[in-house]
Amino acid sequence: MCDSCGCGQPGENVTFRKPGEDEKPTHSHGGVTHNHSHGDHAHEYSVSREIIIEQNVLQKNDLLAERNRGYFEAKNIFTVNLVSSPGSGKTSLLEKTIRILKDKCSLYIIEGDQQTMNDANRIEKAGAPVIQINTGAGCHLDADMINKAVKSLEVKDNSILLIENVGNLVCPAMFDLGESQRVVIMSVTEGEDKPLKYPGMFESSDLCIINKTDLLPYVDFDVEKSKKYACRVNPDLKFIELSVKTEEGMEQWIRWLQERD
Amino acid sequence: MHELSIAVNIVEMIEENAERERADKVDKFEIDVGTLSGVVIDALEFALEEAVKDSICSKAVWKINKIQAKAQCMECHHLFIMDNYFTSCPKCDGFGKEILQGKEIQLKSITVE
Repeated sequence: MCDSCGCGQPGENVTFRKPGEDEKPTHSHGGVTHNHSHGDHAHEYSVSREIIIEQNVLQKNDLLAERNRGYFEAKNIFTVNLVSSPGSGKTSLLEKTIRILKDKCSLYIIEGDQQTMNDANRIEKAGAPVIQINTGAGCHLDADMINKAVKSLEVKDNSILLIENVGNLVCPAMFDLGESQRVVIMSVTEGEDKPLKYPGMFESSDLCIINKTDLLPYVDFDVEKSKKYACRVNPDLKFIELSVKTEEGMEQWIRWLQERD
Repeated sequence: MHELSIAVNIVEMIEENAERERADKVDKFEIDVGTLSGVVIDALEFALEEAVKDSICSKAVWKINKIQAKAQCMECHHLFIMDNYFTSCPKCDGFGKEILQGKEIQLKSITVE
């Protein structure tokens, strides 16, 4: 509307005619009024239009992960996302960590597996509050699952929250959970070229634990070579070599957790 | 098989945007997939076939653009194409690099009626 006199703004209702020309027909379709005739197109046409979106497909997860991260920061909860292939020793590492740390600080665990309560039962026995997420057919945990799990775990301020992701070196790499640090575990019974075969996971991790070092005399795993491969993918990656079974090197991991590197 | 959950996410995003535009149907959509995004394009194609069923874009055609990963060397600032995460700088052989593109999975555009 015109600010000066209150009339409608001039639009398509303004016509321009030379003497002798007929007034152009006015009609509307789809809410739009036109002054043209239908010589060149049918009346029942629909307007096809391209809309530029440019939205990250994982945006929903990423936004929720940032919310989780803010919540953890506000409550001073140090959150670690543990990722690895199945059988590298994630659950055993957690059991031992709980036994060492449970009287020194407040520890909470979230377990992710496709099926069963087996891991949660082991963790409960070790003595830490735990919640099991069964993803069914899902191959990874996501930020929404963590959001719900944390609420039902009622994690106290100033705690350490350890999340054991689904055993899978591919998909969990893409899903930010809002963790403070991501830790990838490999064991010496695996190939030392794992970082090259599954680079996404090593690229997105902060710390790499090389587990089962007690078995080094019996396997061909070359620790230095595996570190070299991992550094090619991620030059900032830190390493801790340990054996959960003999506890050799465990003190480095415990220190890392307590100092919140 | 995270491609299926990605395909479902894509269809949800299309539906939200189409609703905002008050569109009756979606004729076409375009997706950008980086070569380092961790998404296998063939698997995504397969997953989309399932995900679009009974949605506003059930009759839509789609185009997946492959975005070649590029990085800048942190040592010598050389720009280069990455084939994988462990590509070293072709100029100084350094492994430290900033990835400029190639990790994205994004819904680029939709064409609606």
